[in-house]
Amino acid sequence: MTFQEIKNLLIEKFGTEVLIAEQNEGLQPALVINPEFINKVCFELRDNSNTYFDFLSNLSGIDYGIDKNKIGVVYHLSSIPYNTQLTLKVEKEFDRNSAILPSFPTVSDVWRTADWHEREAYDLLGIDFKGHPDLRRILLPDDWEGYPLRKDYKTAETYKGIKIDY
Amino acid sequence: MNRANERYKERISNLKTEEMVLNMGPQHPSTHGVLRLELITDGEIVVDVIPHIGYLHRCFEKHCESLSYPQIIPYTDRMDYMASMNNNHAFVMGVEHMLGIDNDIPKRVEYIRVLVCELNRIASHLIAIGTYGIDIGAFTPFLWCFRDREYIMNMLEWASGARMLYNYIWVGGLFYDLPVGFEERCTEFVEYFRPKMVELNELLTNNRIFIDRTANVGVLPLDVAINYGCSGPVLRGSGIKYDLRRVDNYSVYPEIDFEIPCGTGQMGKVGDCWDRYKVRVDEVEQSLRIIEQCLERLKKELKRGPDFDPRAKLPRKCTPKAQDFYVRAENPKGELGFYFIADGRTEIPFRVKSRGPSFNNLSVLPEISRGVMIADIVAILGSIDIVLGEVDR
Repeated sequence: MTFQEIKNLLIEKFGTEVLIAEQNEGLQPALVINPEFINKVCFELRDNSNTYFDFLSNLSGIDYGIDKNKIGVVYHLSSIPYNTQLTLKVEKEFDRNSAILPSFPTVSDVWRTADWHEREAYDLLGIDFKGHPDLRRILLPDDWEGYPLRKDYKTAETYKGIKIDY
Repeated sequence: MNRANERYKERISNLKTEEMVLNMGPQHPSTHGVLRLELITDGEIVVDVIPHIGYLHRCFEKHCESLSYPQIIPYTDRMDYMASMNNNHAFVMGVEHMLGIDNDIPKRVEYIRVLVCELNRIASHLIAIGTYGIDIGAFTPFLWCFRDREYIMNMLEWASGARMLYNYIWVGGLFYDLPVGFEERCTEFVEYFRPKMVELNELLTNNRIFIDRTANVGVLPLDVAINYGCSGPVLRGSGIKYDLRRVDNYSVYPEIDFEIPCGTGQMGKVGDCWDRYKVRVDEVEQSLRIIEQCLERLKKELKRGPDFDPRAKLPRKCTPKAQDFYVRAENPKGELGFYFIADGRTEIPFRVKSRGPSFNNLSVLPEISRGVMIADIVAILGSIDIVLGEVDR
């Protein structure tokens, strides 16, 4: 299925509010999906026999910068039998200083790969994935403070009262 | 007497089994690096495995926020340090695609890239095979593999100046042309190495003890493998011919003839440890074929000329247009992906996310090791062949 056909399929299935935007400028077009629908959309794309995106290549959390104040997740889907690729995005505005983390629905029940990738995004960017079975830090120690890949992250000067020399 | 008997029986029947937590690693030799596995065991049986990673986290993605594209290449070396050339190649391909110069790369450069990548693939698989033997208890193959790997390391050192972390493939070209005489010495290596693989097969692959330890152990069904994002030999071991070198046809792989080995369940079930191991052994054979074809062309129509400059197409300024791009390539361990976001103003990427194959391959470990013996955990982990530099990045 081509990119346009997939887009039409999703609109037909879930209505027009499923799609927020379409990015065609780059080499790889992407669909920006309404965050509320992402889990259902992923299930549909995986199970529909015409799309069959059975393989999640990559899942990356992105902080789009201090001026935009947006945070998002990018999904790279790949279909082994059809040899097609698709990029999905979800994004939302968020308050950097709030203790409540920006939240997206998990897709770890669609592809188990997403389990560790979402943990990584939580660990490094502070994205909460609703419905994730085991959302713990994965690369950093459990007592780490802050989310290093956020664009406003300041490196810590002390660790438990010990000064860190850089 | 009877009373004593009853007391004894009561005592025995009220015994309780208890689950015990056993930490394997991070300094355990069988975990191939600094991986800690928290085993929840019931006697000798593993009830659950909880992998703990991050001991080797070096903030690759954070570093990328302040380095220009060519400066990141040495950092990619250190991800899968068993196959640095392949990492370089994947990263460089991505940047070249974004710059739009992917079709301008001279043929000789592309063939040299494929040549060194395949040499590195053999080196990586030799480590996987050798250390797998030592995990199971066969010491000799390990020494043999390292002896032959050293040959490759010496050759790549000759080409790039470094033994393991090469920084050889650059955006738009190469660090240097191959040294004079490299092709001949490489041909010598292929001739020397073919019989060594036969020896290795006799010693390890068809060894009864080895087969008993690996066949029917850690069976990974195909649907589970795909759902967990496994790739490379782990995915192919489960019986699918899925190789990005053929699927994406990148670089000069479409011009090269090679087969994709996959697991067949020859010794047990499809997708067991032996199948994954065998896929690697067969891939070494295929890599040798690719190397021969590359050498053939490099010696004839793509011969080195006095005016050949591997740096001729190096971009003056490495500033891609504002876009995002996901590139993937077949590494020895599986699908290595880089996701770039370029802002179009600077040489520094806005964000680079790397998708390491080992990271995804390792995540399937708990799924296939519930209910096995502790000793089999070692066999399963070795057959997945992870490198912690890439898991932790």
